[in-house]
Amino acid sequence: MRVEGRGLVDRTRPVRFRFNGQDVAGFAGDTIASALLAKGVRLMGRSFKYHRPRGVMTAGAEDPNTLMQVGRGDAMIPNTRATVQEIFDGLVAQSQNHLGPLDRDLMAINDLLWPFLATGFYYKTFMWPRSFWEKLYEPVIRRAAGLGRMTRAPEPQHHEKAFAFCDVLVIGGGPAGLMAALTAAQGGADVIVVEETAAFGGRLLSDSQKIDGADASFWVEDMLKALDATGRVRRMARTTVTGAYDDGSYGALERVARHLPPAPDLPPECFWRIRARQAVLAAGAHERPIAFPMNDRPGIMLAGAVRSYLNRYGVAAGRNVTVFATHDDAHRTAVDLLAAGVKVAAVIDSRADAQPQGDYRLIAGAQVIGTKGRQGLREISYRAGSRTSTLITDCLAVSGGWNPAVHLTCHLGGRPVWDEGRQMFLPAPGAVPGLTAAGACNGAMSTAACLREGREAGRAALKALGLRTPRGPALPQADDADPRGQTLWVVPGRGRAWLDFANDVTTKDVTQAAAEGFRSVEHMKRYTTQGMAPDQGKNSNIVALALLADATGRAIPETGTTTYRPPYAPLTMGALGAFGQGHGFAPERLMTSHAASLARGAPMIEAGLWYRPSYFPAPGETTWQDACDREVRMVRGAVGVIDVSTLGKIDIQGPDAGAFLDFVYTNSFSTLPVGRVRYGLMLREDGHVMDDGTTARLGAHHYVMTTTTAAAGQVMAHLDLVAQGLRPDLDLRLISATEAWAQFSVAGPRARDLLNGVLDRPIDDAGFPFMACGSVGVHGIAGRLFRISFSGEQAYEIAVPARYGDALYRDLVARAETLGGGAYGLEALNVLRIEKGFITHAEIHGRVTAHDIGMGRMLSEKKEFIGKAAAARPGLLEPGRERLVGLRPVAPAGVLTAGARLFLPDDPHDRVHDQGYVTSVGHSPMLGHMIGMGFLRHGPERIGQQIVLVDHLRAIRTLVEVVSPVFFDPEGGRARG
Amino acid sequence: MQIPCPMCGLRDSREFTCKGDAVTLDRPADGAAPEVWHAYIHLRDNPAGPTRELWYHGGGCGAWLVVARNTVTHAVSGATLASEAHHAR
Amino acid sequence: MRYSGWQVLAQGLTGNRRWARAWRDPAPKDAYDIVIIGGGGHGLSTAYYLAKEHGLTNIAVLEKGYLGGGSVGRNTTIVRANYFLEGNSQFYSHSMKLWEGLEGDLNYNVMHSQRGLINLFHSDGQRDAFVRRGNMMINQGDDAILLDREGCRKLLPYLDYDQTRFPIYGGLYHPRGGTARHDAVAWGYARGADRRGVDLIQNCEVTGIDISGGRVTGVQTSRGAIRARKVAIVVAGRSSQVAAMAGLRLPIESHVLQAFVTEGLKPVIDHVISYGMGHFYISQSDKGGLVFGGDLDFYASYAARGNLPMVEHVAEAGMTLMPMIGKARMLRSWGGIMDMSPDGSPIIDRTAVEGLYLNCGWCYGGFKAVPGSGHCFAHLIATDRPHAAAAAYRLDRFATGRGLMDEEGTGSQHNLH
Repeated sequence: MRVEGRGLVDRTRPVRFRFNGQDVAGFAGDTIASALLAKGVRLMGRSFKYHRPRGVMTAGAEDPNTLMQVGRGDAMIPNTRATVQEIFDGLVAQSQNHLGPLDRDLMAINDLLWPFLATGFYYKTFMWPRSFWEKLYEPVIRRAAGLGRMTRAPEPQHHEKAFAFCDVLVIGGGPAGLMAALTAAQGGADVIVVEETAAFGGRLLSDSQKIDGADASFWVEDMLKALDATGRVRRMARTTVTGAYDDGSYGALERVARHLPPAPDLPPECFWRIRARQAVLAAGAHERPIAFPMNDRPGIMLAGAVRSYLNRYGVAAGRNVTVFATHDDAHRTAVDLLAAGVKVAAVIDSRADAQPQGDYRLIAGAQVIGTKGRQGLREISYRAGSRTSTLITDCLAVSGGWNPAVHLTCHLGGRPVWDEGRQMFLPAPGAVPGLTAAGACNGAMSTAACLREGREAGRAALKALGLRTPRGPALPQADDADPRGQTLWVVPGRGRAWLDFANDVTTKDVTQAAAEGFRSVEHMKRYTTQGMAPDQGKNSNIVALALLADATGRAIPETGTTTYRPPYAPLTMGALGAFGQGHGFAPERLMTSHAASLARGAPMIEAGLWYRPSYFPAPGETTWQDACDREVRMVRGAVGVIDVSTLGKIDIQGPDAGAFLDFVYTNSFSTLPVGRVRYGLMLREDGHVMDDGTTARLGAHHYVMTTTTAAAGQVMAHLDLVAQGLRPDLDLRLISATEAWAQFSVAGPRARDLLNGVLDRPIDDAGFPFMACGSVGVHGIAGRLFRISFSGEQAYEIAVPARYGDALYRDLVARAETLGGGAYGLEALNVLRIEKGFITHAEIHGRVTAHDIGMGRMLSEKKEFIGKAAAARPGLLEPGRERLVGLRPVAPAGVLTAGARLFLPDDPHDRVHDQGYVTSVGHSPMLGHMIGMGFLRHGPERIGQQIVLVDHLRAIRTLVEVVSPVFFDPEGGRARG
Repeated sequence: MQIPCPMCGLRDSREFTCKGDAVTLDRPADGAAPEVWHAYIHLRDNPAGPTRELWYHGGGCGAWLVVARNTVTHAVSGATLASEAHHAR
Repeated sequence: MRYSGWQVLAQGLTGNRRWARAWRDPAPKDAYDIVIIGGGGHGLSTAYYLAKEHGLTNIAVLEKGYLGGGSVGRNTTIVRANYFLEGNSQFYSHSMKLWEGLEGDLNYNVMHSQRGLINLFHSDGQRDAFVRRGNMMINQGDDAILLDREGCRKLLPYLDYDQTRFPIYGGLYHPRGGTARHDAVAWGYARGADRRGVDLIQNCEVTGIDISGGRVTGVQTSRGAIRARKVAIVVAGRSSQVAAMAGLRLPIESHVLQAFVTEGLKPVIDHVISYGMGHFYISQSDKGGLVFGGDLDFYASYAARGNLPMVEHVAEAGMTLMPMIGKARMLRSWGGIMDMSPDGSPIIDRTAVEGLYLNCGWCYGGFKAVPGSGHCFAHLIATDRPHAAAAAYRLDRFATGRGLMDEEGTGSQHNLH
């Protein structure tokens, strides 16, 4: 029911939306909940387990009952709080978790079966027969459980993420937060102040209070103007700080456009990473419900929420309201309602000495003991002394006091402290370094105290920042009465009394859990699911703890404490993972030849973060294998060009560069002559192979190391550690030059012919022999040339500064084509290297030793190097280890597959008899059959034997011969040609 | 978490990678006994409390740091260059 | 009291007031045959199998906090047997067989759900590695099916096959893989051990290990000294501290691993899915929450919480793999403390102290190991011989280099897994 003259909604701007297929009219500034309440709609949802009819309980993000599906189709967001979602024209909302219409939910049968669905019942049944769990029980349970529905397609709109930095982060825009923000800003600090709702002011907007004698909303307006006037304050409304992390890091979720019709250029939400040097927690408090019998009917709300709907939204939550309270604060509800012309049936106060604060019927020393009304409250019964009576009422405003919102102070492991006098948990001081709690979240329950603490917290932040404390701002006059009250957790009586409305946990569940031995708070929570629902126990954890304490005969502090983990409020995954969707997940590294490869129709495949061409299709070819075979023959017969810029290139200079390389490689590099290249093997300190590659000596004090593409980053970090941490005595500098150079391999019998077309000064075999290197001019550009081969052919790698890469690649490929060659891709590269028995990370997969790959002799005896000691452990040298071999099918058509296992011919194909596995395979067009490499127990000792390759997954059995891994040109003459 | 890089100032931990206990810097001499190497590579005090760790500023200056940090609170109390830490021993 | 559907009905009719206690709350006795330090999943299952398989019941399980309060209640609940290295392969296979009879054995519904697990791969190289793994799984007698891209699409139509940064090449499908209700596993073993006479002693912190003449004689606790002929350390997350009480220095570092759950949703994900290009794995709990996790935060930590960079990385991986997840909201995050061993595989072994046994180093794979670990550790404690399925989990493998089990291939040294 709308109340004239109250509320912040804009009555000049009507808004129409749909709820469960019906048109509903509200005003700008309404939430779904306030607009529905204004229309007299009380039933808004169904509970999780018993499918009880439920309505609004709170006016904030912590509401346990009014979760809805908002939006249409793939844009529909489940579990949206009707108490948070602001309405806009065209908004579509539907209630969730029911079968059939909301008011005739067929799943409500569960409510009749409740005695059999008590806490933990599912641990005690559904065990027989065993196969029925997956087939029957679990599917039925899964369908019945869950809350909202979502489609399996993405939300059409994209969220965003951002960083923000400030001196002081103020969390909460109520009286304490505003005072803290202004104090800090006036003292010269850069401030971010965040407010969860659409408007700053906190409880001042919900309670009719006076500040400096005027309506508090005037003070709020003045404060916002003053904040803006400092030029140092960033105000963020509709923003929830979701987590406190180490060293002043906070996560915050801003609902940028959830209150607006979808628009393509607006992110619905933005996740902020805020780094604050100091923080003030002014998050307020959550009202504490009372667990009385049948306390969950639509129309039963928290008293503070009734005031919020009245004063903030101009809505009376009922026509005939009853208040059930344990303290003075809740009496304001009756006072405000009466002032707005709403009928108050009575105020039922548990305290015998309660005094009325207005002209309403006060029933002191009484407790509500029952309620009626199937889909909405109709009647309550209460007990005063020994008498029980009933009252007709359609709204019951309940308050058992307030729980300070200490949540963020728990995020770094701090535990809140129970204050016996005030019967509340308070933040543990210093629980989050740099964060000071102020106001209601710190137990200050009057407006004046909030203002005072806010200013103090602002000053404390300034002091910590080393800034001067300003004289102001002045503390205004405000209500300074700390509300008196009594603690009442549970009202005994017939019928269930709910604690966790969202998970349907009742007092019986907690007492049953305690009786079954689940006496620790954590056991009780996990067994009953108390506090595990979307409201994260904000409404129920403390009452449940108090009840557990009572049930186990302990005081609250000995029973335990309640603690909270991030996020403070459920956090939209799309915002947290913003920019990750599609290609945003990881950077894309493109070689300089990328565009040229695309232009030639090459499918580009991922190689780590890089993209590399798989193959270059030619007219008439129908499969990748056709192209691959042709490219291999082309390299072996003429010349091929491939971009190898993805390989890591590390420039190492200094007088001790050679000694340094001797230390990181197993073999020696200080003895390498200038102008020569050597293959090197690098171990981890654990004695296994880390990486391999070639290193060229360009000058007496200048080396260039090549790493594999996969290990480039790891090797760079490793070399930095060795240089800085392990051998700072060596005089050298190193830097990654991977991106600085574009490098192309030119391979094949015509490689030199091709190169001599681009080099300023031609080369010949004698002047530039195998494993030579040096500076060259390339079309007048200073470049480098390395005579190294990964294909076994006469081959060179030519490097130019990256800015010339595209031009040189196109030129090389065009010239190659005139020589009967062309570009080749990764597939051909792979076959070429397998034909030669060259290894990649398919073989050096982290578990192999130099001994395993037949390079044991590369472990120098003469010098120290990383990994030397560990590589000498007996287990790493055993002949029975799986060691590298070549594999060839006995029948030429035999199929080899990578990942297949190896067995002796007569052995069963099981783990016990397993002899090894296949790492790399390819079809060799030169040999006309498949070839492969793998690791075999006793490997090289078995060359010449026949074994069986078994690929269970692909149902392949192939008889293979163990051979040397060098299939092609074993003498190596072609590379030297 | 933030790491006070002696070269770059206070920087977010996103720019760094951690390589664990700084005992890695105390590499045994060539020819040390196998047990010494085993202890160096594998055995750790793994303290619950203050510890010294190696962090790499790979997303920054490329310096290896010895960071004093508490494994219970995550509080970082200082950082020195690994090159200097080594000399200081 | 035996649990059954009839019992639930009968108790429901009488107001659920007569349920028996799940376990007693005994005071510690002066002496036991065996003291197990640690009332987590592995400690409780060890006690259960000592009683059930070896008839040893004069046992105390000492728990510093509450039963099941460590990693067994802080994981992503995945149960699988898809390891491929000798040693791990037979162990996890053994554990899986125990899982498959667990409800009947314990008379407790741990909701072990064999809904199938798919490891996605995103390159030829990853495919080859998963084929190798799958073939070893079949070698061991477990199940594995190789899916191509279309096979994945059929099973998991909601993944992003067209726009994602790292295309899905296929997946290794492990139909017997799945999930279980983590807390229930701890409670089921606790109840089973208690019913066989084991004393489960909560809020009892071990402060010292008594050793005399190279032999363990008992423990000091916050509730007094307790004598014991054998003492077993099974305290993932605190292994280094407890072992230090016996003068042992372990090859263990403690790291935090975060996990996450969303608000409840109607069923959208029917399997367990593991992304191959960024640590991300996800399943949907029976209650409806999407349960997912990622990689370590990668710094030593005893704080059961992590930081935002890994939280965001996990969410980003979720968004690139299954962008529908953007509509869900993360409800809770938590951190568990992982015992990280150098090679990423666990240790179940005797120690240099006679009568002192060690079970640690489960890294981030301990939950699925709970039945197997307890079963094999019980065998070792009872017989002083390793169980065949766990014989590879030797403490000396790092010193000798024999039988290292580096499943990830990142190295057999710290800070690489």
